[in-house]
Amino acid sequence: MDKSPVDLLASPSLASLLKSLKLKTKQQELLIRVSILCLVYVLAFITRLFSVLRYESMIHEFDPYFNYRVTQYLTQKGFYEFWNWFDSESWYPLGRIIGGTLYPGLMVTAALIYWILRFLRFAVHIREVCVLTAPFFASNTTLVAYFFGKELWDSGAGLVAAALIAICPGYISRSVAGSYDNEGVAIFALLLTFYLFVKAVNTGSLAWALASAFGYFYMVSAWGGYVFIINLIPLYVLVLLITGRYSMRLYVAYNSMYVLGMLLAMQIRFVGFQHVQSGEHMAAMGVFFLMQVFYFLDWVKYLLNDPKKFHTFLRITVTTAVGLGVIALGVGTASGYISPWTGRFYSLLDPTYAKDHIPIIASVSEHQPTAWSSFMFDFHILLLLFPAGLYFCFKRLSDATIFIVMYGLTSMYFAGVMVRLILVATPAVCLISAIAVSATIKNLTQLVRAKSKPNPVGPGKGTSSTKASAKGSPDQSMPFQRNGAIALLLGAFYLLTRYAIHCTWVTSEAYSSPSIVLAARGAHGNRVIFDDYREAYFWLRQNTPQDAKIMSWWDYGYQITAMGNRTVIVDNNTWNNTHIATVGRAMSSYEDEAYEIMRSLDVDYVLVVFGGVTGYSSDDINKFLWMVRIGGGVFPVIKEPDYLVNGEYRVDKGAAPKMLNCLMYKLSYYRFGELTTEYGKPPGYDRARGVEIGNKDIKLEHLEEAFTTSNWIIRIYKVKPPNNRW
Amino acid sequence: MKRIPFDLSLLFVFVFCMFFSTVCSDLVISKLDRRIDLTTQSVRTTVSLKVENNGDAVSEILLPFPEHQARNLAFLSAKISEGKDKTKGSSGSLPIEVANPKGVPPSLTWYSVSLPKELSKGGSLTLEVKAVFTHVLRPFPEKISQADAQLVAFQDSAHYLSPYTVKVQSLTIKLPEPRVESYTKLENTKFSGTELKYGPYENLPPFSYTPIVVHYVSNKPFAVAQELVREIEISHWGNVQITENYNLVHAGAEITGEFSRLDYQSRPHVRGASAFRNLVAKLPPRAHSIYYRDEIGNISTSNVWSDSAKTLLEIEPRYPMFGGWRTSFTIGYGLPLKDFLFRSEGKRFLNISFGCPMSDVVIENLIVKVVLPEGSKEISVSVPFSVKQSQETKFSHLDMVGRPVIVLEKKNVVPEHNQYFQVYYKFSNLSLLREPLMLIFGFFLFFVACIVYMHADFTISKSSPSYLAKLQWDEVQTAIQQFQNIMNRCLVAHDKLEASLRELSRTGDVQACKAARKAADSLLKELAKELKPLLSFLQSSPQAVQIMTKVEELVSKERELQEKLMLKHSTVVDSYEKKSGGRDIENRVAAVQQKITQLRQEVDDLLEVIDEI
Repeated sequence: MDKSPVDLLASPSLASLLKSLKLKTKQQELLIRVSILCLVYVLAFITRLFSVLRYESMIHEFDPYFNYRVTQYLTQKGFYEFWNWFDSESWYPLGRIIGGTLYPGLMVTAALIYWILRFLRFAVHIREVCVLTAPFFASNTTLVAYFFGKELWDSGAGLVAAALIAICPGYISRSVAGSYDNEGVAIFALLLTFYLFVKAVNTGSLAWALASAFGYFYMVSAWGGYVFIINLIPLYVLVLLITGRYSMRLYVAYNSMYVLGMLLAMQIRFVGFQHVQSGEHMAAMGVFFLMQVFYFLDWVKYLLNDPKKFHTFLRITVTTAVGLGVIALGVGTASGYISPWTGRFYSLLDPTYAKDHIPIIASVSEHQPTAWSSFMFDFHILLLLFPAGLYFCFKRLSDATIFIVMYGLTSMYFAGVMVRLILVATPAVCLISAIAVSATIKNLTQLVRAKSKPNPVGPGKGTSSTKASAKGSPDQSMPFQRNGAIALLLGAFYLLTRYAIHCTWVTSEAYSSPSIVLAARGAHGNRVIFDDYREAYFWLRQNTPQDAKIMSWWDYGYQITAMGNRTVIVDNNTWNNTHIATVGRAMSSYEDEAYEIMRSLDVDYVLVVFGGVTGYSSDDINKFLWMVRIGGGVFPVIKEPDYLVNGEYRVDKGAAPKMLNCLMYKLSYYRFGELTTEYGKPPGYDRARGVEIGNKDIKLEHLEEAFTTSNWIIRIYKVKPPNNRW
Repeated sequence: MKRIPFDLSLLFVFVFCMFFSTVCSDLVISKLDRRIDLTTQSVRTTVSLKVENNGDAVSEILLPFPEHQARNLAFLSAKISEGKDKTKGSSGSLPIEVANPKGVPPSLTWYSVSLPKELSKGGSLTLEVKAVFTHVLRPFPEKISQADAQLVAFQDSAHYLSPYTVKVQSLTIKLPEPRVESYTKLENTKFSGTELKYGPYENLPPFSYTPIVVHYVSNKPFAVAQELVREIEISHWGNVQITENYNLVHAGAEITGEFSRLDYQSRPHVRGASAFRNLVAKLPPRAHSIYYRDEIGNISTSNVWSDSAKTLLEIEPRYPMFGGWRTSFTIGYGLPLKDFLFRSEGKRFLNISFGCPMSDVVIENLIVKVVLPEGSKEISVSVPFSVKQSQETKFSHLDMVGRPVIVLEKKNVVPEHNQYFQVYYKFSNLSLLREPLMLIFGFFLFFVACIVYMHADFTISKSSPSYLAKLQWDEVQTAIQQFQNIMNRCLVAHDKLEASLRELSRTGDVQACKAARKAADSLLKELAKELKPLLSFLQSSPQAVQIMTKVEELVSKERELQEKLMLKHSTVVDSYEKKSGGRDIENRVAAVQQKITQLRQEVDDLLEVIDEI
């Protein structure tokens, strides 16, 4: 049983057994298990290829474009160039130190895969590697889920967990082909770290603990979400300590994992000394010291051999230790040696924090609190199976099940706070649900199979028989047990089928869109493609000067640098709030004021996204209030009420005068008033907002239209040089 | 409005040439008909000359071109058309060389056409010279707004520049549209429709030169590929893969001021007349797997029509191409190998067209790369015109030494260069199998490595307790497996006994039944003997403690079962010998039978439990 199935597949015993065709039950089971696992592995990969089939092999969304650009740089120029890269194409005129401000795990992984394939003489393009990295790691995650499930419950639960996580929409949403983002590899690293740590706690083996530390290192190098690990594991250890489950195994596992993991994590430049200095990491350090205190107390207890003395000693030591810890923390925080929690961390603990204090975090749609429907959408039946699984876990409480229960509950809370953290909760939900499914089905099948045996033993007599047969022995008091079991089995089968159908549907319909290319159904049911983003970016790339500076809202920064190959003022790495606020201010000012700001930033072109013609609703006009808020947060000249009428955001005739004349409005609606968008509506009818616009006579003084894409989704304006004074 | 700048140097040429006029005075052009086609961005001149020889026999005819034309001369061919019968006339083009006659001014470039046979005194022939110039049309004004039509200026001479006396000549200029801004008016100038006619002029001396300028509207696409890299990759598995990388620019008048999408989409042919939307590539028939993309992904605006003679690919750049705008893209397609690869004299040769499949695209720098399969030898190329040739290596899937690549480079390419060229090479069919074999070998090695890994022992310390425990555990496992084997064989023996009883009830053959009993007895005894050392080993091993209880339980149950079975067997046989009735036997056996079934059930369960360990 301790051999891994992959090893056994290659083992000659299986080969010879296959030859004899008559397999023993155990070997049959192994064969089935290995083949199911292989199928799940393949399934996890191919279900994520919907995006390639529906669209093409391309990089999706926003952040992946940055990752792709960096990976290209890495493969072309080598690791050290990449590590020391100062990127002058973004955050003009500040620039960005790339090596020190990113998690390099994903890029290095993709580059390694690329170099290995190249070495093996497969002439692949780096884009293909990047597109398929996420599905590949999703497949690997299923393997980890299997072993984790096996460690938590049994191999059946492991298999179910692997199958569930392979197609779970919550995970697929971030790991379809082309979604080349940190989360793609991070979930694999997260689950691997947890699995190895649980294994280390179960065995007390140093090797597993070290492996877990390396898993943690990979996670740190890949995603900022590693903070979850470094807080969950100490919390788990604390719970074990409180429930009296302290053991030498735990001591070995936690200490070696924490110390080595910390040292390794500090090698990532973006983390560096934060790991010992920032507030988010203090819990881990505190628990580390607590472990030492526990160990010390154990030793004293062993020496003293007198409960009364020991209790006195215990009280003194614990008080001193806690007191010292609190004082150290207080002094550290006060002296600024320990940095306080970041806004993101606060907003996790308090969902309303971001809305009041950091509009830039709140403005991102994936940072919004999760709606119930999206839980249902992403988990489907797992949402119901999750509590059932928790019940089973509590029924058979062990160190491992305590871990998964804690992981499940905490991540579920975070998933409720932020939409994107559903992703973190997905593995836990899958594992716990797998326990429920596996345990239920196992019990039911035993009931079904027990009756099929001839001449069953009486219930009273089977004292010596095994647990399985005792469970399997039918109870005379429940005459329809077998039929009931069959019915329930069918029900479970039906539910799981619905789950599979739902997952496939969600993957193909909802999560495979690259969001660069928009697809819609035409009037005759044919597919219409809006490829405006790339049209505009390619136009920028080809028809503007090499050193042109493009101003746009920060959402499009990564795409402009990656696809348009031009310098941007702000991008999706929102590290400088003031700079973003300056752009927000320019967008929400009158044209002549904005012109001054743009001149001072050397802006050559302004890019706005406009959905009024196509009815594309995530355009700049709909994001505009966030620009006002973020701009107003730094520059009090910009006041949100100026853009609202009675607290209402409007673009039609009743809109606020400042709104009708601000730069964003002008750029979006320039000459839109002459266009008839929909039959039977007046010209200038905005389809995204369903109103006729308020200002149809827009004159631009300092800017001129340079390019507008075929569906008007992107409009690019050229900033004119200042007028001749003579 | 600025005046159209004019090449003053031409006048100097004209003056200089007067001194040269004596050299070739023996030849006289009795009739000359010149047609200039301005309908596209490249200028196509067709001159038919009727040459008469009045002096000594000559074997070559000189064609001078002024510098500004020679610089942009992309293609030049001459052939003799015999008489008016045009079907017979095409007798292959004549070799043309750059000539440097003595005493000529340097601002003229001379080409000499070698005649297939000398033209004797008094003889005459008709020569048809075709020349294509690129970049001689200059947009004027150089910058226009979106709504303006594009105006271009064309300069030439109304009289044919020739070192020979021309008796009668005329010039016809064909324009794309009947809209002309201005043209030089000389005597005998006629403008009708889209044609501008000069002449006929009679008895002009050598080097007559009368500059003319035509300024007209041309909204034809000025698509210029600054660089085109065509990669032709041969796979002997049956495919010729062609990849073409274009770097395209609209070389007409540059757009200035706003580009308004509203204007463009409401009246694209008025407010965007100078722009072009699409290009059509004429690909060979049976082209398949066609794609059209650029650096940032697939471009979805393209169409394909195909019939038995050709495949038409209509591609639309991501945005309309206005003057000065650039774009770059890649098109690729596969072609069946058998249409293009042939064998001759033990060699293979590829016969494929040289230029770009799009008509009306002028290519400034064309690079054709022919990627031959790995292991090709003795490579030679034959191209119908002069090209720069070099060789490089390309690494593709599973290549060890790389594929030889023939690189052909040519500047200023027009559709007239779309001629077939040949690449000859030797290639053994065995090399085809190399890559699949490599893959097979790779996988083989991988599996061998796995097998070796499974069998090798990587333990560092052979005396560590965990290692020893593992060894013991392995032994225990094999012992248990043997034990299970024996148990199963016992059960089989039991089954045989039962079967013999059934046989007995059917046939009544007591002897056979007894023989079966004897065989079973001896077998069971043997098995019991085999079981003993196993049991003692398991008892002694500390690893087997948890299983031991089950094993012992199983052994005792089995023994009990065996006893009961024997009892039943002897009872039944006895009663048969005593000829008791069937029901009687059943009654006697019933109690034992029940016990047996129960025991059997328990034994089976136990076996399953042990199996699960």
